[in-house]
Amino acid sequence: MGRYVLRRLLQMIPVFIGATLLIFLMVNVMGDPIAGLCGERQCDPATAAQLKKEFGLDKPVWQQYLTYMGNVFTGDFGTAFNGQKVTELMATAFPVTIRLTIVAILFEIVIGVTLGVITGLKRGRPVDTSVLLLTLVVISVPTFVTGLLLQLLLGVEWGWIKPSVSPEATFSELIVPGLVLASVSLAYVTRLTRTSIAENRRSDYVRTAVAKGLPRQRVIVRHLLRNSLIPVVTFIGTDIGALMGGAIVTERIFNIHGVGYQLYQGILRQNTQTVVGFVTVLVLVFLVANLLVDLLYAVLDPRIRYA
Amino acid sequence: MRGATHAKWAACATAVALAATACGGGGSDSGSGSGSGGGVLSSSWGDPQNPLEPANTNEVQGGKVLDMIFRGLKRYDPRTGAAKDMLAEKIDTTDSQNFTVTVKSGWKFSNGEAVNAKSFVDAWNYGASLKNNQKNAYFFGYIEGYDKTHPDTGKQTADTLSGLKVTGDRTFTVKLTQKFSTFPDTLGYAAYSPLPQAFFTDHANWIKKPVGNGPYTVQSYTKGSMMSLRKWDTYPGSDKAQNGGVDLKVYTDNNTAYTDLMAGNLDLVDDIPAAQLKNVKNDLGDRYLNTPAGIIQTLAFPYHDKNWNTSGSVKVRKGLSMAINRKQITETIFQKTRTPATDWTSPVLGTKGGFQDGLCGDGCTYNPSEAKKLVQEGGGLPGGQVKITYNADTGSHKEWVDAVCNSINNALGKDKACVGNPFGTFADFRNQIGQHKMTGPFRTGWQMDYPLIQNFLQPLYYTNASSNDGQWSNKDFDKLVNQANAETDTAKAIGIFQNAEKVVRDNMAAIPLWYQNGSAGWSDRLSNVALNPFSVPVYDEIKVG
Repeated sequence: MGRYVLRRLLQMIPVFIGATLLIFLMVNVMGDPIAGLCGERQCDPATAAQLKKEFGLDKPVWQQYLTYMGNVFTGDFGTAFNGQKVTELMATAFPVTIRLTIVAILFEIVIGVTLGVITGLKRGRPVDTSVLLLTLVVISVPTFVTGLLLQLLLGVEWGWIKPSVSPEATFSELIVPGLVLASVSLAYVTRLTRTSIAENRRSDYVRTAVAKGLPRQRVIVRHLLRNSLIPVVTFIGTDIGALMGGAIVTERIFNIHGVGYQLYQGILRQNTQTVVGFVTVLVLVFLVANLLVDLLYAVLDPRIRYA
Repeated sequence: MRGATHAKWAACATAVALAATACGGGGSDSGSGSGSGGGVLSSSWGDPQNPLEPANTNEVQGGKVLDMIFRGLKRYDPRTGAAKDMLAEKIDTTDSQNFTVTVKSGWKFSNGEAVNAKSFVDAWNYGASLKNNQKNAYFFGYIEGYDKTHPDTGKQTADTLSGLKVTGDRTFTVKLTQKFSTFPDTLGYAAYSPLPQAFFTDHANWIKKPVGNGPYTVQSYTKGSMMSLRKWDTYPGSDKAQNGGVDLKVYTDNNTAYTDLMAGNLDLVDDIPAAQLKNVKNDLGDRYLNTPAGIIQTLAFPYHDKNWNTSGSVKVRKGLSMAINRKQITETIFQKTRTPATDWTSPVLGTKGGFQDGLCGDGCTYNPSEAKKLVQEGGGLPGGQVKITYNADTGSHKEWVDAVCNSINNALGKDKACVGNPFGTFADFRNQIGQHKMTGPFRTGWQMDYPLIQNFLQPLYYTNASSNDGQWSNKDFDKLVNQANAETDTAKAIGIFQNAEKVVRDNMAAIPLWYQNGSAGWSDRLSNVALNPFSVPVYDEIKVG
């Protein structure tokens, strides 16, 4: 197990370097970011040159990348155009997005898995059909429609929530945005769980468990659900990264100053330091989440072992 | 420091949860003596692109704050745009080139420092010095010695402008490199604000919490999310804030800000999203404002490209201009938040300031048949097609460019005579312009720095001027501008500038499209809301409750 983890961690290094290099090149291809800093007029050449020097943009790209990576390993992610340290931006943005992601994941697990179990056990019944229909609707409606609709109804028409999230973004404020963010994944989790449960219900070990006279509750939770969770856990694991990076639409609608917002600003302003910094951290989150998923397999099904 | 702010945020959050009022609405928790000024209002804001320094702020969002915390030698009247003395007791000149400025006594920064001649001279030297990377440095370009502190290439050889001299506690002299009669009127621009010594001695802290000499002080500033400004009770000026303070809240999207306004969560929105323009009258009634601002949108041409520098291309440009149905586009796409342009300045200048309705004449009147004729006479479109280049990331540029092209195509009777050529980001778009890679017309927007006709002409059309993106060059125009700048009589100077504008017209140097309006909507808690000519709310005059 320990060796497996170590090997996986080592594998992360090339992935990490490749991903950051790719992002770095992509942002650089977009052209000279200084040009956008002076508004609808040309920066005067002297100031522009000075700024380029300060941000290290006057050097060749490979050299910029090396310097950047060197700095990253010392914890220096550079400076954004508004003079703020990128680490400072991260310190404000990531906690917010992590909270939002936690809310979304909780919704996925609690509602998604529960609905999945119920429909899986009652396949073909009206409950099953109606939940399936509902998930179909959720999947087919784009997030920004659900988001704007809920914001309008709950926020403006009925006044149950505030339409925008305050800068501190507490858990209670993030419930509705979290639900919106989770909605599509939630529907997938429901469907995945349902299929998995329905399939395993007929398997030998479930029949044995029932035949042994185990209580129904125990059969479902310990035997049926545990074995059915593997695809679901895989999905949720990869979804963590997707939710954090992909929250941009939800964050925009509900005025959440999280990772999505910072990335959006960074791309608009072609701020290499911000974009690469944030993406670097997101890549790490992705990799770690995937590792955790793989380790969870062993917990769910002891037959899956890693040497 | 950090912990303290967090605690404040938390307290704020609970306050919001209890009372449905906006955060910070209860100035009671800090007891910042807002008793006399009334309540605190909340207003939408965008994250400033650059660090908040007077000479480094060149966009509206940062400018908004500077307008609240700074007062300069002059101030532009929020209603008429006229430059009036603020901190300047008098600005004397005999030759339009050497000026003696006397600063009024009794002014202070909110940290207690006195505002004197040195506050201005130090600030201007800081702004002009190349090593400080100030994006508005060119504002000091008229002052003698600028080429030493801010050379185009190489290292600076001086740290201070030789044209600036402190001659007394409250007096200093300015020597310009050329005659510039309206120079005093430019001094209302934020880049010319005075700076306290604290700015130079502890710059990092100043940036975190700017200190100025305006009617408001910064109570707290969380970059990227919110700035709380409070009335400065002992502000020495006559334009004291009429409210207890302003909370500027950063919005990721102006649609969300509008939704928040509708839900009673926000008091003031100064940018109504295009999608809501249809509903805004119903939603807000008379709590909606749509007034002209000093912004004009034009189509510029690349004069470095020989296709646009032929003898016939004047006719082509004029033809293109006549093929654009401005009225229809401003009504359908912009819901009348733009006004068809009939000259190259802005109505906010007023006729006294140099705005001349209809100066463009036929050239800006929709006339498809004449347009077609002119384009043909001029030798047709270069390459048979024009591509209008724009950035697609902000504004509704795509919509109007498509509409303009549609209008041109209809007039010329050709399907693909005009097509849009979008760029992904503003930075990329500016970059291409900067490298002179444009081959056809491109979108240009000009927001005035100060309400002077000079500002609408010289930076844009003077040979090698800072914003002459199309590199247009005309000797007659340059001569007239120089002449106007040397003229000490303001009315005469404006007349000469208008003559220069006629040169722009006769060559159709750029196609004027429309004047942009500023828009705002507010909650029923507020009254006396107005937008100044820069389309920024006049915060200090807003009454709450």
